[in-house]
This record gives sequence, C-alpha cells and structure tokens, in this order.
Amino acid sequence: MDLFQSAFVYLLAAVVAVPIAKRLGLGSVLGYLIAGIVIGPMLGFVGSEAEEVKHFAEFGVVMMLFLVGLELQPAILWRMRNKLIGLGGLQVLITTGAFTAVALMFGQVWQSALAIGMTLALSSTAIVLQTLNEKGLMASPGGQSSFSVLLFQDIAVIPMLAVMPLLAVVGFHHGDASGGHGSGGALSNLPGWLQTLAILGVISAIIIGGRYLIRPVFRFIAAARLREVFTAAALLLVVGIALLMDTVGLSPALGTFVAGVVLSDSEYRHELESDIDPFKGLLLGLFFISVGAGIDFGLIFGSPATIFGLALAVMAIKFAILFFLSKVFRIPKGENWLFALGLAQAGEFAFVLFGFAQSAGAVPTDTIRVLTLVVAITMLLTPLLFIFYDKVIAPRAAVLSPRDADDIDEKGTVVVAGVGRFGQVTTRLLLSNGYKVVILDYDPEMTEALRRIGLKTYYGDASRPDLLHAAGLDDAKMFVAAMDDKEQQVIVVDHVARTYPHCKIIARAYDRHHAYELYEAGAHVVERETFEAALNLGKQALIELGEHPFQAELKAKAFRRHDKETMRQLHENWKDGGVDQSYIENLKARGDQLYSVMRLDSESREEDLARAWVPAPKSDALADLLIEKGKVKDKGET
Amino acid sequence: MKKVLVLFAHPRIDRSETNSVLAKAAASVQGVKVIDLYREYPTFEIDVAVEQQRLLDHDIVVFQHPLYWYSTPAILKEWQDLVLEYKFAYGAEGDKLKGKVLFNAVTCGARRETYSPTGAYTRELIELLAPFQETARLCQMEYLPPFALFGSGHAIDEGELEPHVKNYITLLSALVEDQFDYAKARDALTLSEDLQSLLLSGTTPSSQAKG
Repeated sequence: MDLFQSAFVYLLAAVVAVPIAKRLGLGSVLGYLIAGIVIGPMLGFVGSEAEEVKHFAEFGVVMMLFLVGLELQPAILWRMRNKLIGLGGLQVLITTGAFTAVALMFGQVWQSALAIGMTLALSSTAIVLQTLNEKGLMASPGGQSSFSVLLFQDIAVIPMLAVMPLLAVVGFHHGDASGGHGSGGALSNLPGWLQTLAILGVISAIIIGGRYLIRPVFRFIAAARLREVFTAAALLLVVGIALLMDTVGLSPALGTFVAGVVLSDSEYRHELESDIDPFKGLLLGLFFISVGAGIDFGLIFGSPATIFGLALAVMAIKFAILFFLSKVFRIPKGENWLFALGLAQAGEFAFVLFGFAQSAGAVPTDTIRVLTLVVAITMLLTPLLFIFYDKVIAPRAAVLSPRDADDIDEKGTVVVAGVGRFGQVTTRLLLSNGYKVVILDYDPEMTEALRRIGLKTYYGDASRPDLLHAAGLDDAKMFVAAMDDKEQQVIVVDHVARTYPHCKIIARAYDRHHAYELYEAGAHVVERETFEAALNLGKQALIELGEHPFQAELKAKAFRRHDKETMRQLHENWKDGGVDQSYIENLKARGDQLYSVMRLDSESREEDLARAWVPAPKSDALADLLIEKGKVKDKGET
Repeated sequence: MKKVLVLFAHPRIDRSETNSVLAKAAASVQGVKVIDLYREYPTFEIDVAVEQQRLLDHDIVVFQHPLYWYSTPAILKEWQDLVLEYKFAYGAEGDKLKGKVLFNAVTCGARRETYSPTGAYTRELIELLAPFQETARLCQMEYLPPFALFGSGHAIDEGELEPHVKNYITLLSALVEDQFDYAKARDALTLSEDLQSLLLSGTTPSSQAKG
C-alpha cells in the first residue's frame, strides 16, 4: 500500500472504532486496539508495514512521557510523597515480584521473568483515570489512591524502559534496536567512565538548558505571535531531546520526561501541553492500532482456555495485592474495592514495554504474543469490573460509610484569562484570599514580569479551547475573563459557557454594549472596566468642589444605583433592536431623571435618597397617642 | 397563622458561634422569614421600599443580633433610621405598623446576673433596651421582652446553646400559631427564662420544623 492508502485505512479504522468503543464504555485505548484487530487479523488490510508503523508510532510514547513530566510539578509530587511512594511504590514492587515469581515457575529465565513482572505490574492510566473522571470518583479516597498509584507507575516506566536493554538474553536477540533505545549509540566505542560522564553531562544539560535556555528562546518565539511556529518549536524540543538521548544511548523517553518535569513550572507549561497533546494522541492511537493489528488470533482459537485463564489469573493476583495494600493504607470500606478492582488490569504501557522488550531481546517473541493478548483481555474486562463496583459494591458501601461531599471538595480553582492592568487587581484579591488561581496571558513579557514577582502565570492564548482545557477548566469553579480584546472576550465567554456549564463566568466589559454582549454570551457577572474608577474620581471631584464627603458618597452611590438600573432597562431595548429609536428615547429619559435623583432636598417620594434620614415636620412629630401618654415630646431626634 | 419577620444582623458571621445557629434554626420554622441584613445590603444601601413592604407583609418583627454597646450592630440601626419613616411608621398618618409586635432576640456576652439591679450593669436587659420599647410605642407596635442568651461566649462549652436554640424554635412556632400568652409576657423580664409559662396549650414545638 502506498502512504495515502495506509493513512486512509488507519485513520478510517480509528475514526469508526474509537467513538463506538467510547460509547460502549470501553475507552479509547481499547477502541484503537479493536480498530487494529479489524484492519489486521480480521480483514487483512495491513501487512508488513505494521511493524514499521509501530516503530514510528513509538514516538508517541516519548511525547506522552514529556506530557507526564509536564504534569508533574515537583511541589505537588512532594505533597503526595507518602501515598505516592508508599502505596504506589509497594504496589509496583510487590506486583513485580509476584509476576516475576510466576514467570519463573513457567520456566522463563530470570531476565525475561523480571521484564514480564515489571510490565504486568502497571495498570491502565488511560482507562482508569478516564473512568474515574466520568463517574466523578476522582476526589473520593479510592480515586485519590488510584491516582497516586497510577502516577507512580507512570514514573516507574522510565527506569523500566532504561532497564529493558540490560535484560537482553543472548539467543533470541533480534538485533533490532530502532525506536531509539538501548544499544550504545555513538558513544559505544568510548571507555565506560567516559560514557557515564557523557550521560550525566547530557542529563544536566537538559535540566540546566530547560531552566535557563529554553525559556528565553520560547519567549522570543512567543513574541512573534505565530501559533504554528510555537507548535513547531515545541515539536523541535521533543524531537531534539529524543535525538540527543539516542546519541548517548539512553532512552529518549527518559530525556523528554526530564525536560517535561523541568518545564512543568514554567509559564509555557499549558501552551506546550496543548501543542504536543494532539500529536501524542494520534501517534499513541497509531501505536495501539499497530498492536491490535499484530495480535495473533490463531493463539486464541488455538488455546482459548490458556489465554483467558492467564488473563483472569493476572487480574486475580493484581486484585489481591491491591486489596491487601488498601487494608494496610486504611482506604475506607467500599473505596478499597473501587481501588483494587479499578487497577486490576494490565495497562497500555505493557504494549510499549513488550515492544521494547522484544526488540531488546529480553523476552521471547512467542511469549510476548501470548502476553499481549492477555493484557488486551484484562483491559477489555475492566469496564465489567467497574460495572460490578457500581451495581454491587457501591450501593452497600453507601450505607456503610455515608460521606460528606463537602469535605472532599477543596476550595475551588479560578482560571483567569488576561492579567493586564485589570486582571491583576482581580487576581490579587482572589489569591490573597487563599483561592487557587491559574493565570493565562498572551503577552510573554507580562507572564515573565508577573512570574518575577511570584504570581504563577502561564503563557498562552486563552481563546484557544485546548489551552483552556489544559488550564483545568474542567475542575475550575470560576472563569474570569479579563482580556483587553473586546471580540476575544465574547468568543471565550461564549465557549466557556457552552463547554463548562458548571463554571461561573465573571467578565470585564469595555462598555455598556460590550457588557450586553457578554451577558448574552453567558457571563454571570459583568463589570464595566472604567465605570467604578470614573465614579470614584467623580466623587473625589465633588469633595474637592466643597461638597461634604458623606454627601458626595451618597450621591456616588445613588448614581451607581441609577446607572445600573438604566443598564438593566436598556438591555431589554438593546435585545429587541439594538440602538434604535426606543433605545435612544429611553436613554434620554433615564438621563433626565438622574437630575432629580441627585437633588437630595427633593420632595419627591420617588427617590429614596431624598427621604433618607429626613425628620418629621416640626408640627407633626408626635402621633396622638404620644400626647395622650404625656411623656414624649419629640420623635427619635430628641 | 401569624407571619414572623426576623431581621438578622451580624457583621462577622464567619466568627459567629451562636447567632448563625439561631438564624438557621429560625429559618427552619414554617411561617418565619429570616433576612440577613449584612448579606442583603453589604454596602449599607438599604432598599427602603423593599423593607417597608416586608414589614407590611408580616405581623411580628424580630431584631435578632448580638448586643453591641447595649444596642444593635450598625446596619440594624441604619435600617431603623431609614425604614421607619415619617408617614409610614409614625406621625399623624403613619400607622402602617399599628398592632404589629416587636422584640429583640439578642445574645449577650455578659452573664445573666450582670444584667440586674445588683449586677455590674445595675439594670435589667429590658431596661437597657428602652430605645426599642419607645420606638415600638411610637410606631404603635407591641414591644415584648427580649429573648436573650446570656454569657454567649461560654454557651457552647456549657451546653446552653442547644436548649436555647430549641426554645427559639418553640417561641417562633408559638408566635406563628398564635399560641402565645401576650398578657403574661408583658410582665416578664425576658422571653427566654421561663418560656413554657408563656405558651398557651396546644403548642407543639417540634412539629413546626419545615420538611
């Protein structure tokens, strides 16, 4: 097949299979696998190029680890350290040990057994996190523990990838070291100590470069305000690091992971995330398709009992270890079932690691064929386990431990778009009150300046849906739109209101008409950007002109009330026909009325201000009853 | 059925131990409307028309507040200054509040014995609340003795809050159901100390909480 035909077949399979799989609750990873199975073993559309595609697609793994690194802010890791290392570390260690032992019993050499053990210890981040999010269980104790374990596993993949080549067993080595891992590279001729030195040098170069070099470069590129160039720069970074690592004979995934961690607290984090993410998604999808295409159906039909037996055994062992750990770490009743059932499958990383193990020659190809099937089946069974939890465990647990939803949710996050002269003040008020604020701004100099004074700011174009997503709007309580571009404001507010209906939207408006547009777009609270400042200045003017400061204060308040009411009334006019005749007439009428509002000595009963604190006329202070009592001479003002 | 309006004023609701609990309890009683004045008017811009309409819509008005300098927190004073207008609340034509009932539901920092002729304040609480009594009279309203929680800083530790909250619910329910002995109340120093004696038979205190 030529390139276009292949691309057409792969894309078509993905586009058909993935949405169906998601609709059935199977998740996208299984969707890709099924797509691969359909075009490969079932219909026979793909042939020998599948292996090549797989190697190319492995670059998706490299990108994924870059993104995993970006997500890992050292400070957050530190906060989670107990659960992460304790729970996650023990899970990986014990499970690796258990499966290694089992593999040894099956007659594998220790290297292969260890490779298999490590690989099967991992669970499916993609399936579990997505399912927990969909069911709204992320914040529950079970969800949080699952997250810690998955995070540890994601990090553990790095050393596993690094170790794989060392487990090579002479005899079934394929001699195929493409895909950029293992086998020395350009440095293999150097003496050992020099190689080590070179490796350390490259890693420190990535860390130091990431801290001090990449950011100014990105700032320069960002200043050009060309999105595709920034995307190109992001890709260049990942490809460059992969190439560098390959040269010194290290895993490219390790390099990009380190680079991701280094950049995780930089202002470009969210922008990089949303730039790389689509490429990663497609390449990983391609990778899983090629795994599916490579599945050997002969094996299943040949010995279905063995394959399914192995799959069930894998899940049973993983479940038992997880359940044991949930007791040790005192995960509440009911939640521990969610934790242990949810993580009982093997994960998508298994395909990656098996791929590496195969090309490094650590595990025999036949074994990998069988285990790939086993892993895929455990993943296929996962949705059933979640259904089991929903229908059987959760209803009982709810009676056992009713938990207070309020206790789980932490103080909500706020995403602020635009921190120029306006957004800054809003943001500082929120921050100083202890709210977690994610700040986005499209001005590289501004983000840099704010970072220098300690405000966590991310560079990025907030009118991009993917960037808003990366900034965490899914979980945010509020979105503050404070950009200075009128049209962008309306577009962003409209998008957020549609996509994140749970999110309260607070927006800065340029003027009255802009405010109407923002309300129509779905903003809940709108403030005109100059109104309050202008009103305050007017009040100061009245005071300087000799009015009593409290009178000036009252008048400013009355002016504000009247103006807001005018705005409300004219909104209806404006909706009917924009600035038409009736709008103008109404506006004029309201303007005239303002004069009477401002006259504090008015006799009119219409305006509160005229009546406030005004005593009764001297002749009529007392009602008849008081005179009867003969006690009180005047009202309150005695 | 009588309608009760509780005007609740507390400027530091975040630190309130007793008043916030009492306000919540009041809101749970059928026929009682609780207005959190500081929430409604954070800038003190009291909407006089709205507040006067509220008074017209209710039969019994309660000022619920901590006792600040023998009076209300500032916003409730502002409320009196602005809402109890000439020709509405008082004056020859001002009889809109005639026949309605007013009392203060207060929490006091000092202990009961402090508010007595022999105590540090040398007066009963009801005497210190004379301005409200006179305001009520000028507005042709009936003024009742205060419903008071004394020593409010210790109320939780000493287990006083819970019975007081229950009493508050009982009192408000009795007022709503008109099972309250107004004649007897006129001679009492407070409504809180011997509430049972002020209830007419037929009051079912616990039946009143809203579903």
